[in-house]
Amino acid sequence: MIAFIIRRLLQSLIVMLAVALVSFSLFRFVGDPIASMVGQEATLAEREALRQQLGLNDPFVMQFLGFIGRAIQGDFGISYRLQQPVMELILSRLPATLELALISGFFAFVFGVAFGVYTALNRRGWLSNSIMTLSLIGVSLPTFLIGVLLIWVFAVELQWLPSFGRGETVWIGDWWRTGLLTHSGRVSLILPAITLGLYQMTLIMRLVRAEMLEVLRADYIKFARARGLSNRAVNFGHALKNTMVPVITITGLQLGSIIAFAIITETVFQWPGVGALFIRSVQFVDVPVMAAYLMLIALIFVVINLIVDLLYYVVDPRLRVDRASARH
Amino acid sequence: MTEPLLSVRDLVVEFPTRRGTLRAIDKVSFDIAEGEVLGMVGESGAGKSITGSAIIGLIEPPGRIAGGEIWLRGHRIDNLPREKLRRIRGKRIGMVFQDPLTSLNPLYTVADQLIETIRTHIDVGEKEARRRAIALLDRVGIPAAARRIDDYPHHFSGGMRQRVVIALALCAEPELVIADEPTTALDVSVQAQIIDVLKEICAERGASVMLITHDMGVIAETADRVAVLYAGRLAEIGPVRDVIKHAEHPYTAGLMGSIPTLTQTSKRLVQIPGSMPRLNAIPPGCAFNPRCEQAFERCRTERPEPLARGGGRQVACWLYDRAEARHD
Repeated sequence: MIAFIIRRLLQSLIVMLAVALVSFSLFRFVGDPIASMVGQEATLAEREALRQQLGLNDPFVMQFLGFIGRAIQGDFGISYRLQQPVMELILSRLPATLELALISGFFAFVFGVAFGVYTALNRRGWLSNSIMTLSLIGVSLPTFLIGVLLIWVFAVELQWLPSFGRGETVWIGDWWRTGLLTHSGRVSLILPAITLGLYQMTLIMRLVRAEMLEVLRADYIKFARARGLSNRAVNFGHALKNTMVPVITITGLQLGSIIAFAIITETVFQWPGVGALFIRSVQFVDVPVMAAYLMLIALIFVVINLIVDLLYYVVDPRLRVDRASARH
Repeated sequence: MTEPLLSVRDLVVEFPTRRGTLRAIDKVSFDIAEGEVLGMVGESGAGKSITGSAIIGLIEPPGRIAGGEIWLRGHRIDNLPREKLRRIRGKRIGMVFQDPLTSLNPLYTVADQLIETIRTHIDVGEKEARRRAIALLDRVGIPAAARRIDDYPHHFSGGMRQRVVIALALCAEPELVIADEPTTALDVSVQAQIIDVLKEICAERGASVMLITHDMGVIAETADRVAVLYAGRLAEIGPVRDVIKHAEHPYTAGLMGSIPTLTQTSKRLVQIPGSMPRLNAIPPGCAFNPRCEQAFERCRTERPEPLARGGGRQVACWLYDRAEARHD
């Protein structure tokens, strides 16, 4: 177990280094940073001095090591556009994105599993068929279109929900601003969360359904029924637990995608999160922010993967090999 | 004669398919007496397992019992509502399946599965259920049962797992155990042990056994009576010794002729020409007539009903009705 964790950590480290290399390359390939930092009147000598001061004349490897060294300390430099430390910028916007992503991920998971189980158990019912048909729409419609449609129906026509922004927010602690504690904050969250989570929900639902149908055919389910266990014990105790192993993997990875692809939803709803910041940064070639965002998303993916791997151990005893090998 | 424990009367099991309804079991009748071991033999697809599933009420939809009656100790059980039937499964009729590797839920310990089953049927507490579970594992021959009960199925070998499966099938002390090819998936060296364990335990608890197998050797050693199925119909039923020594139905005779014996080494094994008809192409008259060397006109037009032959034997073959037929 410990060896496994260490091995996974090392792998994660390699992934992070690779991503760091890509992020770092951004600086070198997306134009000359000096050009965008100094005014038009700066002399060549001034430019050279700044270049020297920023270490841009050092060899590639030295610069890369310096970049990593600073990144580990959370220093990604200063935004070209906003002239603020990048880390501060991202941290101030991260709560908005995380709240949106976690809430929509949570509901996508809960409803996805519930609908998946229901449609698997009542395969021929009309409700199951309707859910399955609707889910096709969820899978095939692009996110921005769903967002725009929701705004049109619920914000413009019915005027039930706000169409943009985060509503009122309050501070929790020093750096977390939450919208969950105010009414307008919660109301504002509804449409973006649906937009962001709909695709994930249908995906999870279809996965759960397929896995559950597979598991329900298994011999141990037939044997469980032959032992006279109640339907509830068979369906939810025996079948669902076996269904969850692959579902956990996909859900974990999808959570990463939700955070990463919140970009589109945040743009549609003008949600003040990291994704919106990233889009703005791309428009202005704000390389430090782009690089930091890339690293952040990679870090989130790596951490989630690690957690998913550990969850396997909790769910599936067959993976706990160390105990078994001694007995055979 | 006392009332039989189980009585199956004219059982018909049908599977509706796109191309018409298939009759997997066609008017099969037999009894199992208290404490008796009934062997059920036949080729793959003859309907042995489906008969077992029908008795315990676990035919996979869209298959269904389309006719006949099943009586357990004088109470009809084939038309019971689902919930009542569930209470009979495991409690009064236990079932052992073919493949011990897939019969146990891999995510739960043996203790979990045993205690769950015991507590479903018997009103005892967690501790008492556990005590019973350990005693039962000990009885089916699992060494160090008290320690091994908390292991997962994958910690056990195939033979040991089948012992666990037997313990699970017997944990509510059922009156009838249906063993569906309990040794087919096991090593030859373990097969005899498993059959012995099953037979001993059932004998000491007075449980009857319906032993489904295609291994005539197992039947010869274990069963009191044997029923031979062919294409979903009962060909012959009678005391094991009589049927093996003096098979009356030509199919049974062919089946016995195809078993190698130690005393007749030089003789070529008899082979029945052709193969069992598919369920959608069962010939009119006797299902066996195209392969039967003794078939005559009547066999091709009229279906033979089981005829009582004395000594508790029944044979579904016109050969034994000849005298009567000529008499007419």
